[in-house]
Amino acid sequence: MLGPGVAWYIAVAAFLFGIGALGVLIRRNTLVVLLSLELMLNAGNLALIAFSRHFHNGAGQIFALAVMAIAASEVCVGLGLVVALNRKQLSLDVDKLSELRG
Amino acid sequence: MSTLVVASSAGNVLVWIVWVVAGFSCLAAGVAVISFTNPFFSALALIGNLASLAVMYLLLSAEFVAAAQVLVYAGAVVVMFLFVIAYVGPRHETPWSGGPGWQTVAAVGAAAALLVEIVVAIGLEAGGSLSHSGEVGAAFGSPGWIGRVFLVDHLLAFEITSIVLLVAAVGGVILGTHVRRVQGEGVAG
Repeated sequence: MLGPGVAWYIAVAAFLFGIGALGVLIRRNTLVVLLSLELMLNAGNLALIAFSRHFHNGAGQIFALAVMAIAASEVCVGLGLVVALNRKQLSLDVDKLSELRG
Repeated sequence: MSTLVVASSAGNVLVWIVWVVAGFSCLAAGVAVISFTNPFFSALALIGNLASLAVMYLLLSAEFVAAAQVLVYAGAVVVMFLFVIAYVGPRHETPWSGGPGWQTVAAVGAAAALLVEIVVAIGLEAGGSLSHSGEVGAAFGSPGWIGRVFLVDHLLAFEITSIVLLVAAVGGVILGTHVRRVQGEGVAG
């Protein structure tokens, strides 16, 4: 395998996952939280594909494609929620969205 | 023979250069996604992140996944994000402003702990064995190979994925129409 070993790709994936987790934790805007979730899913995809390459096993790439479909579904439902919140004139700040709190 | 070695090492250096550029632009775009105050720019930075990830998928000989990544994410997901951001209007928000100070510190601590946990777990489990990966055939990662693996070995996953997508589409439509009906009743009443 030319270039860096699989461990380097895993390192990038770990850092990307950390950045995404930080974004989910520090941002208050629902849309940016969803974007940070995408970062975390992509980091998982990168690790899956790196391991798939390392073990010469196609299951990792299939898993990555399934994760992409799940990410698309999550964005569909999440953005539907954002649009619904916006229609009801609710705030998109995740700290102020406390209507479901018992 | 020596020409072959020189060509191979030149290719190695080239792949390293591409990897360094893709890796750093991937991480830089990730930082940009979480640090822009305008969500519109965050969504645009996500495109850069996805493109550099697609380059790394190509280096890992996953051609089909790289193409699907660009098509599905940059073509569909980010465009949907941009539509919704344009629909709800600009809402600026500075990244480090919300909540009390201890919450910010705890957030950084939790993210760093996750990172350390991943590195330690993978390092302990697969430490030395990750440094050498053998060569794969030219078919590895090509669309035909993916199709055979997906539709023969993993057919159940394929079908379940389609059901999940259908349910998500129905959920999106219900979320979109329910509110309108309630508002209509409110206006009529």
